[in-house]
Amino acid sequence: MDGEADGTVGMSEDCGPGRRRRVHGMLKLYYGLNEEGKAAEEPESLDPCDINGPHFDPELYLNKLRRECSLAELMDQETCMVKQIRSLDSDMQTLVYENYNKFISATDTIRKMKNDFKKMEDEMDCLSANMAAITEFSASISGTLQDQHTQITKLSGVHTLLRKLQFLFELPARLNKCLELQAYAQAVSSHRRARCVLQQYSHLPSFKGIQDDCHAIMDKLAQELRQKFRDGGSSAKDLSECVELLLQLDEPAEELCDKFLSHARSRLESDLQGLEAEIRPYPSASAVKDASARRLSSTTGAGSLTNNSPKTNTLPSPTSNTDILEFIDRGCNEFVSSLCLVITSYQELFINHAQTGELASKNIPQMANAKLHVFVDDLAARYFSLVERRIQEEKGVGDNSLLVRALDRFHRRLQAVAKLLPGSTVPNKGTEIVIRAATERVKQYLSALQSFYMDSLTDVRQALATPRLSVAGASVAGGGSLLGGPASGRDAPTSLPELLSSLSASILNQIKSVLASVHLFTAKDITFSNKPYFKGEFCSQGVRESLVVSFIKFVCQSSRQFCESAGDKGGSTPPALLLLLSRLCLDYETSTISYILTLTDEQFLVQHHSPVTPVTTLCAEAREAAQKLLNHYVKVQGLIISQMLRKSVETRDWVNTIEPRNVRAVMKRVVEDTTSIDVQVGLLYEEGVRKAHSSDSSKRTFSVYSSSRQQARYAASYTPSAPMDTNLLSNIHKLFSERIDIFSSVEFNKVSVMTGIIKISLKTFLECVRLRTFGRYGLQQIQVDCHYLQMYLWRFVSDENLVHFLLDEIVGSSAHRCLDPAPMEQSVIEVICERG
Amino acid sequence: MKMEDDAPVIYGLEFQARALTAQTAETDAIRFLVGTQSLKFDNQIHIIDFDDENNIINKNVLLHQAGEIWHIGASPADKAVLTTCYNKTSDSRVVSCAAVWRMPSDWETGSHESPDDTAHNPQILELLCHLDDSAHGNAACVLWEPMGDGKRVISLADNHALLWDLQESSTQATVSSTATLEGKGQLKFTSGKWSPHHNCSQLATANDTAIRGWDLRTMSQIYCIENAHGQLVHDCKVKFWDVRNVQEPVKTLEEHSHWVWSVRYNHSHDQLVLTASSDSRLILSNMVSISSEPVRTLSGRRGAQAKEPLKDSVVSTYEEHEDSVYAAEWSSADPWLFASLSYDGRLVINRVPRALKYRILL
Repeated sequence: MDGEADGTVGMSEDCGPGRRRRVHGMLKLYYGLNEEGKAAEEPESLDPCDINGPHFDPELYLNKLRRECSLAELMDQETCMVKQIRSLDSDMQTLVYENYNKFISATDTIRKMKNDFKKMEDEMDCLSANMAAITEFSASISGTLQDQHTQITKLSGVHTLLRKLQFLFELPARLNKCLELQAYAQAVSSHRRARCVLQQYSHLPSFKGIQDDCHAIMDKLAQELRQKFRDGGSSAKDLSECVELLLQLDEPAEELCDKFLSHARSRLESDLQGLEAEIRPYPSASAVKDASARRLSSTTGAGSLTNNSPKTNTLPSPTSNTDILEFIDRGCNEFVSSLCLVITSYQELFINHAQTGELASKNIPQMANAKLHVFVDDLAARYFSLVERRIQEEKGVGDNSLLVRALDRFHRRLQAVAKLLPGSTVPNKGTEIVIRAATERVKQYLSALQSFYMDSLTDVRQALATPRLSVAGASVAGGGSLLGGPASGRDAPTSLPELLSSLSASILNQIKSVLASVHLFTAKDITFSNKPYFKGEFCSQGVRESLVVSFIKFVCQSSRQFCESAGDKGGSTPPALLLLLSRLCLDYETSTISYILTLTDEQFLVQHHSPVTPVTTLCAEAREAAQKLLNHYVKVQGLIISQMLRKSVETRDWVNTIEPRNVRAVMKRVVEDTTSIDVQVGLLYEEGVRKAHSSDSSKRTFSVYSSSRQQARYAASYTPSAPMDTNLLSNIHKLFSERIDIFSSVEFNKVSVMTGIIKISLKTFLECVRLRTFGRYGLQQIQVDCHYLQMYLWRFVSDENLVHFLLDEIVGSSAHRCLDPAPMEQSVIEVICERG
Repeated sequence: MKMEDDAPVIYGLEFQARALTAQTAETDAIRFLVGTQSLKFDNQIHIIDFDDENNIINKNVLLHQAGEIWHIGASPADKAVLTTCYNKTSDSRVVSCAAVWRMPSDWETGSHESPDDTAHNPQILELLCHLDDSAHGNAACVLWEPMGDGKRVISLADNHALLWDLQESSTQATVSSTATLEGKGQLKFTSGKWSPHHNCSQLATANDTAIRGWDLRTMSQIYCIENAHGQLVHDCKVKFWDVRNVQEPVKTLEEHSHWVWSVRYNHSHDQLVLTASSDSRLILSNMVSISSEPVRTLSGRRGAQAKEPLKDSVVSTYEEHEDSVYAAEWSSADPWLFASLSYDGRLVINRVPRALKYRILL
């Protein structure tokens, strides 16, 4: 039965690979080592039918098997179980055998150990006995030597004391000797060693005497040191030694700082005075100004900078003003380097040194540092004011590189101070000075540009005036002086386009050279160029806005002023100049402005952090100026011709005039002037568009103009029955013609300009005619004159009908104002006009 | 609320004309007088009556046979009395004269029934007296004493300003005092205005480009603005001057594109200024900054909060003319109405825009 039960388990487990483990597990179980597989066993263990569980109940198991299994199964179970029991038995036998062997060897080992320990114990006993004997011997030896040892110790103590005493007694003499030899350091260290002892035993009279002697000597020594310190002739090293010793002699540190600094100050001040002396002997300021102004105005083009550097030297040097670079150099080499030296040695003495010694506890470094800052700030401020004064004298704008190099050196050397004195405001103030100098420089350049521009205009004006630009135009070969002085030559012809191009070019060159000069401020090798100001604001606000944009605006504005001032005072500006400026402004609008600004932006890599004037605004301004100038030109020219016509109409007695035989001279003059104006305008402005007309306009319009229609008008006037017809006719005529604005804005081309001028002139003629009364010949003269004008003026205007219309009006009006309106035969008029 | 403005009313004369005046003494009816210029026909004075309610013009014509009229002036006291400056041609000589005239008492009668009748058979002006004396010829204009009793006129003749006293119902004129323009060249008064201020004791005249002020009590010059304008008074600008400081104009208007021939302040609201120009335009400007009207405070005026002060501005540009406009006048009866006359004989009557009118009034 038992075998059967075992068999069931064997069936399920026999073939598994974990059989061995199973066996191990069972053994462990047996020995109570059930840490492995505890969780798995727990449920199993409660089952009474589990053959491996602790609660196994053979009776229950057997009953269960008997109940559940067939006979064959039971037989199988039985064989299986028997097999299992057999294998378990053999396993057990092996294990027992193995354990037995191990047990035997362990027993042997233990036995052997027991023997060894026994031997060791005996040896130890022997050792302890020996040690006891040694101890005993040692104690006896010590006892015998005790007395002698104490005596020796005592004697050595006495010796030391005696030596110390000897030192003390010899001290005054030694100190004196040191004083004689000027071995101050030795004296001080000796004294320091003795000081405490003397202090301690000062109640004993003999020691007191020594102390007093020492004091006297040391006072003398201190006196001498102070003297040496004060004289200051000695080297820095001596000085520092001196200070160090004085500090050790308990000299108050604050006083020493002050003394040191005041001593340093006197030396630095002499440097400053030297600098100041170089500024003092100004040559009279105006002379410099003149010279520099001349320098700029005489420069044309980029070459100017190099050309002028010799002049820069020759002009002011006789008046004993060193140039700025020399000045700054001197400042740096003398003042700044001595200042640095002072700072270094001061820091060495009072700050670094004191930090280590016992002096640190007295807050000396802080105090000394504060004093140093005040000192440096004060002197630097004076130095800066001198530098600024010197910079302000730099008014000549010819050579900027000198100034920039000087500023660079100035700025660079201050960096040394920055390194030495980390918290100092000096470098920042120095940078501010540089910035101010740069801004000032930009301003100077602007005003130089402006005066250059105005000078150029004066030159142009002269060039226009001297050889009275022949109105016939093309053949002008006058010898006015051209811009840019003698170099450009006196023989150059002063035609308008050349004047314009040379004016434009010289302005542009000037701008370029100024930009190049200003650009030096931002060069890479200049120390201050990487300051944020020079990277940003200087480029955008300084150069672009304050210099370039301001200049362009100035050009526009000054041009506009020509229109205003001339308006009331009656053309003080020559019309040709107006025309030229108008073209200049127009060119600025179309190309120059954007060119200049692009150039600036490229050169200065302007990053527009702050808002800047856009190109379009400037262009609009320039265009407005150009328009205004051109309008004004038209007005001035129109008024000049108007004036001639007006005088010619007003001063004549039209009632009692003789029969016309000629065109009046004034009309010829009008045509001549108009032609020359046409040539003049044509030199600077394009032709422009005109309405198409036939190949022979003068003839065709001529016939229309004074035969049929004009006749009809006169005819109407004769008929008393129909006074309305005249008006009707002219009104109908007017219905079909557009209203003419006389003083209207013109376009930027020749035809438009000429149309404007002729409109103004003819309208004046008309208005003047209407104020007069004509006789028969008066009317005829007007007819002749108008025909003459018709013959020549149509070609200038955009729409010849305009000329027809106005001339029609003039003849019509004079017919109205005629007491005896008998018009001249058309053929006669033609003959007279062709005769000239 | 949009306020429709009345359309301008246009009246055409048969002749060319330069002379225009309001009938100054008439304060009920809106009436203008126009003098024509014709060298061949009898010249006329058109009496233009404007019927405000019906927007109709009624005209009457009086013959002015003495010659073409260059300037016309209406008496401030007597509706029927007027002066003209005219050109007379005799023996191939043109002479400028000035005279005082009286309109026939019955000019108004019959005008409505048959306008053709009046055209064919017009009545004639009655000559009261000439304003010429042998020493001073060529009158350029005649000025009535503003708001006076119709007894005093000034005539400008060549380089003389003559102050006349009219007596015996204006049938006799005697020169009471004269002022003479002296200087180099041929100086000549071109126009003038009698100042209504200072008890009517000042006269302003123009000659060439200079403007002069005269004290009528002493007949002496009190100020002179040399080169007030460019060539002639011909630079398209209107300048306002303060006679106490004549260095710089107070204000300059540059709206016209050709010469300005006539400038008129509104009689009641002098910020309204009319300018007539040979660019065929009439411009009405609102010159608030130089108005004599005190700046109104806004307090105590209901509904006025929204009203911001007006700025100097062009109110309106009138383009009804097609020829040069030489004259413009405000009506003496309706301060919001004015007439302008162009050389082609076109008279246009216009009103101040309603919006502006209410703005000024309220």
